[in-house]
Amino acid sequence: MANNLKLIKNPLSKENPIAVQVLGICSALAVTTQLKPAVVMALSVTVVVVLSNVIVSLLRNTIPSRIRIIVQLVIVSMMVILVDQFLKAFVYDVSKQLSVFVGLIITNCIVMGRLEAFALANKPLPSLLDGIGNGLGYAVILIIVGFVRELLGQGSLWGYKVIPECFFEAGYVNNGLMTMPAMALILVGVIIWIHRSRNKDLCEK
Amino acid sequence: MQEIINIFVKSIFIDNMVFAFFLGMCSYLAVSKTVKTSMGLGIAVVFVLAITVPINYLINEFILKEGALVWLSPSFADVDLSFLSFILFIAVIAAIVQLVEMFIEKVSPSLYSQLGIFLPLIAVNCAIMGASLFMQQREYANIGEVISFSLGSGIGWLLAIIGLAAIRERVRYAHIPAPLKGLGITFIITGLMAIAFMSFIGIKL
Repeated sequence: MANNLKLIKNPLSKENPIAVQVLGICSALAVTTQLKPAVVMALSVTVVVVLSNVIVSLLRNTIPSRIRIIVQLVIVSMMVILVDQFLKAFVYDVSKQLSVFVGLIITNCIVMGRLEAFALANKPLPSLLDGIGNGLGYAVILIIVGFVRELLGQGSLWGYKVIPECFFEAGYVNNGLMTMPAMALILVGVIIWIHRSRNKDLCEK
Repeated sequence: MQEIINIFVKSIFIDNMVFAFFLGMCSYLAVSKTVKTSMGLGIAVVFVLAITVPINYLINEFILKEGALVWLSPSFADVDLSFLSFILFIAVIAAIVQLVEMFIEKVSPSLYSQLGIFLPLIAVNCAIMGASLFMQQREYANIGEVISFSLGSGIGWLLAIIGLAAIRERVRYAHIPAPLKGLGITFIITGLMAIAFMSFIGIKL
């Protein structure tokens, strides 16, 4: 039980997929200009990681190791097609906003990385928990970056104005740079900095 | 002709795969320690992109698009297979990467051993899949435009990774706060490079 709990807890901080394992950065940054697409993206990735982790782990003894990459890609892309069709049907506007990045979950390194490193060698239940943990770890970073970028860049959260009008009258201006791609990179850099200064053992030599 | 050159320049500098869309970040961060290896990976990416995107364009044009199957029989006019695009695109990419891997192993074993694990990983490099999905989304008019787009994005990626590798070779001797060393500073450098690339916005031939 303690082990299972660790599987969920570790990826949140000590083994965070983005800040420590450096996986899945590609899509993490592009969808975070606003909070809403960031949350939808985080949920989609979590669903895909969990489902494909479980399926691969169920099939792990029957997949020949030489062609495992192709098999994994097929499983993952099936899951992504399901998620994509679901998003198109129920949250069409967000799905438009995410554009190609839903499809790019297939090549998201978190999914492949966890399949290779964990699901191929473990039973379905731990794989399920590992998927949930890594999905949540990814979500944490996405939500922090999305929160900061939308708040400072557009003065709103989840599409609602949160910075009162009187601030703008007093001379407050939205930081347009925050909506640019460059700031996402710098924000993640700063998150890594803070994270590592709190966990000294993660520092690189 | 002018349109083709325009797309070429645009996809290198303005819509740069790394700085504008964060595609291919995983290998971008992992392989950029020295200029030499990053050059090898960059060229491999250019090569794979230049082959896969036009092939995927043809697949999209003659199989997947709504009404694309008319050449088989007029009764297929309202068949829309575009939900299959993820799985077909990734299959083409995986197959081509396998070919490139065998080719490089034969022609240049030293480059092959240098690229090591990262060559098969090109298959899951978001830049390749992303270029195919952008090609589908932007609806380029003919194959000339698609080829110039794919070459341009590849060269843009090559440019970005070589630039980062050159900077990282220098930064190694700088005094950086310990928690920022390695990954953190790399993110911030990439962010600054992205800001520099923003100065190209608006260039049109």
